[in-house]
Amino acid sequence: MKRAAFSQPLMPVALLLPQLVIIAVFFYWPAWEAIYSSFFLQDPFGFGSNFVGANNYTRLATSSEYAKVAGFTVFFTVIVTVLSLGTALLLAVKADKVVRGAKTYRTLLMWVYAIAPPVAGFLGALLFDQNIGPITDLFAFFGYNLQIGLNYNDTAFAMIVVSVWKQIPVNFIFLLSGLQSIPVAVREAALIDNKSGTRRFWDITFPLLAPTAFFLLIINITYALFDTFGVIDIMVKGNPASNPITLVYKVYTDGFRGSDLGGSSAQSVVLMVLVLALTVMQFRMLERRIHYT
Amino acid sequence: MKTTSVIIAGAMTAALAGPVAAQTEIEWWHAMGGSLGETVNKIATEFNASQSDYVITPVFKGSYEETLTAGIAAFRAGEQPNILQVFDAGAATVIGAKGATIPVQDLLVDNGIAFDIEDYISGVRYFYADSDGKMIGMPFNSSSPIMYFNVDALEAAGVTAPITWEEFQDVTAPALLEAGYVPLSQSHMPWIFTENFFSRHNLPFASANNGYDSADVTINMDAPEIRDHFEAFKGWIDNGYAGFYGASWDDNATPFQQGEVGMWLGSSGSFGGLQQTAEFEFSATYLPYWESITTEPTQTFIGGAALFAMSGQPEEENKATAEFFRFLTSPETQYMWHKETGYVPITEAAYDVAKEDGHYDRFPAAEVGIQQLSLPAGEWTRGYRMGFYVQVRDVMNREYTRYLTGDTSLEDAFAAIKEESDELLARFAQTQN
Repeated sequence: MKRAAFSQPLMPVALLLPQLVIIAVFFYWPAWEAIYSSFFLQDPFGFGSNFVGANNYTRLATSSEYAKVAGFTVFFTVIVTVLSLGTALLLAVKADKVVRGAKTYRTLLMWVYAIAPPVAGFLGALLFDQNIGPITDLFAFFGYNLQIGLNYNDTAFAMIVVSVWKQIPVNFIFLLSGLQSIPVAVREAALIDNKSGTRRFWDITFPLLAPTAFFLLIINITYALFDTFGVIDIMVKGNPASNPITLVYKVYTDGFRGSDLGGSSAQSVVLMVLVLALTVMQFRMLERRIHYT
Repeated sequence: MKTTSVIIAGAMTAALAGPVAAQTEIEWWHAMGGSLGETVNKIATEFNASQSDYVITPVFKGSYEETLTAGIAAFRAGEQPNILQVFDAGAATVIGAKGATIPVQDLLVDNGIAFDIEDYISGVRYFYADSDGKMIGMPFNSSSPIMYFNVDALEAAGVTAPITWEEFQDVTAPALLEAGYVPLSQSHMPWIFTENFFSRHNLPFASANNGYDSADVTINMDAPEIRDHFEAFKGWIDNGYAGFYGASWDDNATPFQQGEVGMWLGSSGSFGGLQQTAEFEFSATYLPYWESITTEPTQTFIGGAALFAMSGQPEEENKATAEFFRFLTSPETQYMWHKETGYVPITEAAYDVAKEDGHYDRFPAAEVGIQQLSLPAGEWTRGYRMGFYVQVRDVMNREYTRYLTGDTSLEDAFAAIKEESDELLARFAQTQN
């Protein structure tokens, strides 16, 4: 068999170069800058900087406030991922069975997908507003005084509801197409073996859906960690105070609002490491149990 | 919308000025949204129409924090605007970075424009000045925290607006509560109940002369007076004398505008907006003080923001900036700004114009801010200068809210504020060398 090869050794390098340059400029350079400046305290305008060693990191490690934010981030990520995937799965399974008007029904369920996170946050902020929000009124009707922006748990509740609501359509679309790609023959064979719908779902449908679900799991964790920024920003109205925030939002408040470049660089390095660890873990632990064919 | 109005302003300017070749163009980054932004554009348009040598373009950059961040990023990239609006909490950052700005006093004098700090009303003179009293930033939208009250509510309760906090808790609040109102709300705990608490009672807010003398500074959040004040505030919330709706400005202002809250502590700059939204007769008075702390209350700090001339610009553009500042501080421009927005006029001359025109006969509440800024000064009323102060305010808001909602104790809240603020200040000192 003839091996395909480049006659000139430089050719493959030249072909790779554009991609390498893009990665270097947009990924490695900023990452390096963040790591570098995390060891300094610098004047916001760039006039002076002081090398402070690992000080920016040790202060994070000893800060109970940072630990609190990290704790909420984990909680928030798990809840948002579970709820948005779970709800979407339920909707997808039910939508898969709809025969009449299926298209209209599905389109309606996908609508929310088109809404940008800040807009979703804004809608949420209006609905949950302390003084004029209809949802606040609804809760008041049942005797509960919902106070977004003041009560920690209430604000967390509203953030989770809006974030989940925003993410369901994405999951729904993927899960539905995953369901529809399961061969009819397999389903019919399963029907002969077992009458119980629940049992058939967990034994046959769900494992076949696993590749899609695994992909969505990663997408959802990333969404909850990073893309909910817009929702949170609108919900706390630019004034975090005692409201729950995520690690990404804290990078923003300290770095952009507070001009503490060294401190927020250290925080973003922590996030980089977290994402790296998550990715490695997910692929190592979960990939083996999933069969793609 | 905003972009459109800037373009329209620019287009009108071009039409008015005509095709003159040697026009110097300067840029002004600001944080004035909504109707305030319209007024900013109006000022720029009038300046451009008033002469033919210079053209100024105002650019809206978002919130105060976003504007400062945009200015910093632009400066580091060498793309800074000629004029940057920086708010009170960002003053230490921009003034600490010597070389980032041209002191406005130098800019004016060097360009042959007369400058006398005594022309400015006493409350605005030194907030944006260095420790020698040289004015670094030009006070622009200057405000002060004042107490607005619903006239009908006070009449129904049969009381007048309180002068002291003792009067509030003994007389005003019980009567208002009886009349079916939430007596009080406030919109900004760090600004109204902390910074201006120290100023109103002439108490030192920080070491090193409130931070003016050195970046090596600690904050006096362990002062017993401020703790007592917050303990009292919590007491008012608990027995219904005050409503507390979180750290958001609007969440606390809305109940007053809806007529549920009888008195509201806000900004003198809120006057213009209130006139449009409030459907009842309202007026305003000074920020109350504690008689138990002082019997000679002093003036408050200015809030709002100042305009800084960024360095690294060509001579002729600096000249244009100086000319714009001359126009901006003229009594006519100041009076127009004051009338449209409610922010105080920054010069004595402008104040006189407003008085002569009968503005305060028509709207007595519009004068409260400037009167309060003209009250007797004290040793500790010129202002404060602390770095990373935006984060210090975030810490205050966080711990105050926790305390007021019962999540933490008074001692722990204040200990946390003191400790975290001092750590932030020490970190900021390390950036200055």
